[in-house]
Amino acid sequence: MQLDLRLPIGILFSLFGVILIATGLLSSPAAYAQSLGINMNLWWGLVMLVFGVVMFAFAMRGRAKPQ
Amino acid sequence: MPFQASIHLGAVDWAILGIYFAFVIGIGWMLKRGMKSSNDFFMSGRNIPAWISGLAFLSANLGAQEVMGMAASGAKYGMMTAHFYWVGAVPAMVFVGVFMMPFYYGSKARSVPEYLKLRYDEKTRTFNAFSFAVMTIFSSGISMYAMAKLLNLLLGWNFDVSLWASAAIVLAYVFLGGLRSAIYNEVIQFFLIVLGFAPLVFLGLRDAGGWSGLVQRLDIVATSSHNLAGQAYAPGAWVSTWGHMGTPASNPMGVEWFGMVMGLGFVLSFGYWCTDFLVVQRAMVAENETSARKVPLIAAVPKMLFPFLVILPGMIAIALTFKSGQSGFALPVKGNAYDYDMTIPLMLKQYFPTGLLGLGLTALMASFMSGMAGNVTAFNTVWTYDIYQSHIAKNKSDEHYLWMGRMATVFGTALSILTAYMAMHFNNIMDMLQLVFAFVNAPLFATFLLGMFWKRTTGHGAFFGLMSGTIAAAIHHGLTSPVGAESLFKGGWLGPILHTYPSEMAQNFWTAIWSWTTCFAVTIIISLLTRRTKTDDELRGLVYSLTTRHPEGHLPWYQRPIYLGAVILVAVTVLNLIFA
Repeated sequence: MQLDLRLPIGILFSLFGVILIATGLLSSPAAYAQSLGINMNLWWGLVMLVFGVVMFAFAMRGRAKPQ
Repeated sequence: MPFQASIHLGAVDWAILGIYFAFVIGIGWMLKRGMKSSNDFFMSGRNIPAWISGLAFLSANLGAQEVMGMAASGAKYGMMTAHFYWVGAVPAMVFVGVFMMPFYYGSKARSVPEYLKLRYDEKTRTFNAFSFAVMTIFSSGISMYAMAKLLNLLLGWNFDVSLWASAAIVLAYVFLGGLRSAIYNEVIQFFLIVLGFAPLVFLGLRDAGGWSGLVQRLDIVATSSHNLAGQAYAPGAWVSTWGHMGTPASNPMGVEWFGMVMGLGFVLSFGYWCTDFLVVQRAMVAENETSARKVPLIAAVPKMLFPFLVILPGMIAIALTFKSGQSGFALPVKGNAYDYDMTIPLMLKQYFPTGLLGLGLTALMASFMSGMAGNVTAFNTVWTYDIYQSHIAKNKSDEHYLWMGRMATVFGTALSILTAYMAMHFNNIMDMLQLVFAFVNAPLFATFLLGMFWKRTTGHGAFFGLMSGTIAAAIHHGLTSPVGAESLFKGGWLGPILHTYPSEMAQNFWTAIWSWTTCFAVTIIISLLTRRTKTDDELRGLVYSLTTRHPEGHLPWYQRPIYLGAVILVAVTVLNLIFA
């Protein structure tokens, strides 16, 4: 059985998402002057986490019913 | 003073980079077990799902030079740059998927040069295999050089270390997992590039006051006489694709609609997407013919939207340079022009806080590496099948060819490193080689088109057609020149200059048109004068009129390439109309 690519994609992007969210929560608002006052780490981290989790879920569903 | 090293990475940025590289190598490692035969290594066992091959098809072409170059063109020429996608790439991808894949896939050829061998003869294949092999080495070398130079400039990293480390990473994952590993990594790179650059567009657009603010600023760019082209245009010249294409003088690209549609749209784009093994390889390894045909079509959907990801940042950058926004971002001046090539890295630095910056840089490095890996996998296949197996060592065992593939990966990478140093020390040689490749590539599409759709085309016709197309390209380039050319690499090296083009791009498009037309005509004439060497039976599966089509009637319409292709063409027409 070959590696299902959705699995590493899911893990990688979830991990990136979590890292960015944590950075966003821990850093001071002053760090976001350059991103026009928006806490981009937090928001984009959420987007990446959602993407990662969706990919992961697809991989799990694929594993549950092999062809 | 050009832009200098000034990006400082925080611990989070380093963590993101580190995790990414660990994943890249890890995937190669996990796929190593599946590499048992040369078929696994070069063709990834021919069982990759269409969506994966489709994204890899796109990503193999999405090197960093492409991303950074498109942003630079977005700044220089504005929305017209989208022609590379909406007139060039997308229609060509639909064509290769709907009309050409059945012959590539159905012929069971393992590479594009091998198709030429089956369809024509050994000499045509060898000519194509050699020029392609050399070209892939040079492209991956240039890609490595550009990456090491950029990392040195941006982050102050050592040039040699960056070069060798990036080569080592690419080598490791291709060596371990072959084409499958390259394809899997290309898909990850695709998502990284999209997710890494999308926030850049969002923040940049916000800074410029949204779409309407951007349009208003770009009108200032177009109408000021001290803009990049040193000439004022009608307002809207930077935000419309077709509106100012009546004459070369009315748009910043210096091209009129005919040269653009024929040169870029027909000859160059179809030539690249339909015959370049680097991309076609990704479709040839699909699980069956219908999937193989769907690969380019699946790739065409995101490709259609890419102008918003890669061209828009350039447009935003130049707009903000002429009328600054809240952030005060502006492109730096280099010599007597703006430093367009640094658009993407500079915007990353401007808008991305630590954390997101790590992601953006990872995306940039990923795009460099996907460019390199694509070339390395195409090289090892063409070297092993079309040069080694057909000329040096016939009839060896399969293990032998698998071993040779791995060796080719190693020495292909070593040669690329050598090329990267050559690019650093002998800029002129590289310029000359790129020119030669452009001459060799320009006529190729005529050879394939005639081969696939006219069974009377002969091997001699194809070979001499290709030769004369290449020579025609060289002669046209030698006798013409773009305005203000200061080097012979730009043209006019044959002495008299018969025509001066308003821009280098116009000259390139017309060189391609001349070359293609010559190849097309000479191939037909010589084919009619020479005897056919292949019987109808030998051409079955290789030529349109002699191939029985796979019945696809049982599939729902959205699974059938012809309908998918039609839907994509309608969508791209709508995009052309919206931004006309």
